[in-house]
Amino acid sequence: MADVHPPIALPVKGVDAGAAHVSLGRAALYAALAVAAIVFLLPVYVMVVNSLKPLDEIRNGNLMSLPHDWTIAPWLSAWSTAQIGVQPTGLRPFFINSFLIVVPAVAISTLVGALNGYILTQFKFRGSTVMFAAMLLTVFIPFQIVLIPMAKTLGLLGIAGTIKGLIFVNVVYGIGFTTLFFRNYYAAFPAELVRSARMDGAKFFGVLGRILLPNSTPIIVVTVIWQFTNIWNDFLFGASFSDFSSYPITVALNNLVNSSTGVKEYNVHFAGAFIAALPTLVVYLVSGKYFVRGLMAGSVKG
Amino acid sequence: MKAGFLPKLLFSPSVLLVLICVYGYIAFTMYLSFTDSTMMPSTTFVGTAAYHRLLGLDNWSVSVRNLATFAVLYIGVAMALGLGLAILIDQRVRAESLLRSIFLYPMALSFIVTGTAWKWLLDPGVGLERSMHLLGWERFSFTWIKDSDMAIYCVVIAAVWQTSGFVMAMFLAGLRGVDGEQINAARVDGARTWQIYLKIIIPQLGAVFVSAFVILAHTAIKSYDLVIALTNGGPGRSTWLPSVFMYQYTFTRNEMAVGAASSVLMLLAIAIFVIPYMLSEMRKVKHG
Repeated sequence: MADVHPPIALPVKGVDAGAAHVSLGRAALYAALAVAAIVFLLPVYVMVVNSLKPLDEIRNGNLMSLPHDWTIAPWLSAWSTAQIGVQPTGLRPFFINSFLIVVPAVAISTLVGALNGYILTQFKFRGSTVMFAAMLLTVFIPFQIVLIPMAKTLGLLGIAGTIKGLIFVNVVYGIGFTTLFFRNYYAAFPAELVRSARMDGAKFFGVLGRILLPNSTPIIVVTVIWQFTNIWNDFLFGASFSDFSSYPITVALNNLVNSSTGVKEYNVHFAGAFIAALPTLVVYLVSGKYFVRGLMAGSVKG
Repeated sequence: MKAGFLPKLLFSPSVLLVLICVYGYIAFTMYLSFTDSTMMPSTTFVGTAAYHRLLGLDNWSVSVRNLATFAVLYIGVAMALGLGLAILIDQRVRAESLLRSIFLYPMALSFIVTGTAWKWLLDPGVGLERSMHLLGWERFSFTWIKDSDMAIYCVVIAAVWQTSGFVMAMFLAGLRGVDGEQINAARVDGARTWQIYLKIIIPQLGAVFVSAFVILAHTAIKSYDLVIALTNGGPGRSTWLPSVFMYQYTFTRNEMAVGAASSVLMLLAIAIFVIPYMLSEMRKVKHG
């Protein structure tokens, strides 16, 4: 991740302190950071290490130790044969479901956000500020308050328990965020560019398509990553509005871990958890800078 | 530019969706909370009966008490840890971006994944306790997740682990926006680093504290996934939160009016601090 702000000038070596004193302080500083880093990495280390062990080794051995007999069998089992509910399907169909939900939901909500941001910043009309505030507040509502009527609506629309239904829900409750992102970005967009394009005869879509969108790569990336992470990780909507054929990965993983009867296959659970985490982890590792920017934009509203 | 027909037309679907699916649904749920709905929505108005029943339910008071414990500890510890990590990282350390990535990556994970990992880590049979025993510390005991008085603290641990990196990132951005002149002046006067933080820097981070608080508090009230994955509300109902209560009563116990009433109270709890926060943020934007 790249730095956005330069560090404040805090002298590392105090003028009044001796060199030995300073290096002791530095050692303590690095020790504290190292301990914290280990604690933060521990759960993922445990997940990975134990997903590569035979079950006996977990039950008779130490969760912290490296595998003695390395095996990828738990991964294969989590992916294609583990029991989800009553069916031995593995997580694969639900991993695919999540992609089928996430890709259209992210695309649609991002496009709608761009359009809204454009309209809210480049045009004046009555009620626009109020509507923006109303959209912004949706970011905070506890979704429990909409579960019952949304379940009814999905039933009426004939898309209850389907991938389409989950796409719809995730788009609706994602618009608040995407509109916020684009609106703030376009509010700072140089007005002369838009004005001169209009003088050259660009119409509504011309300004959006030829001036704004080509200069929106950073905010598009931020929005796509934010939406991807949120929707991939959604559990409440998935648990409320999907059935076995349309479970997203989070619901399937929870099923695998919490409703397994008989022997608890910890190694398969860990492999499954890692499979569910992989897409968002990859996105984070590849584009952490944008991920952080999205978090910040999402946290400093208005 | 004044909006013509086209912009308004293209904006209207979003407006309609938000008005219906957010505000309309909130109104509908509020309405249901004043009816005698059970398995299916009913239109028979019965006043505040559902609220009376809700407030008299043990399951609800346990959920609210759990939320209080969880929220206070989660917000307090995540803020303290986030600020602490931000200050440590702010000391011009090597590998700063690597460290930040390590502290922040849990934010990219689903709470279901976090819950699964911590569920087995905290499990006395396979997790930390067993590891300590095998390392020779025979008397080490850590059975909180199986103990109905302590299990809620396990939810705190996992939630803090997931979010304190985010709080760190917020504080770090705040620290780097602090005016350098005052700091230099204090340093010339011979102030020590910790004094500078305590007296000059931290008092200037008020806005970050407020933002972090609002985000953590509303996350705490909404928390659902983590509890389901980590303890599934157990042992017994010892880690129920209002979100778990709402789901149980609405979809499992067929007491839809009570479930609706509980979600209305959740919304009110969030609104109490989010609306003032939003108003002040919007005023700030308006007045530059």
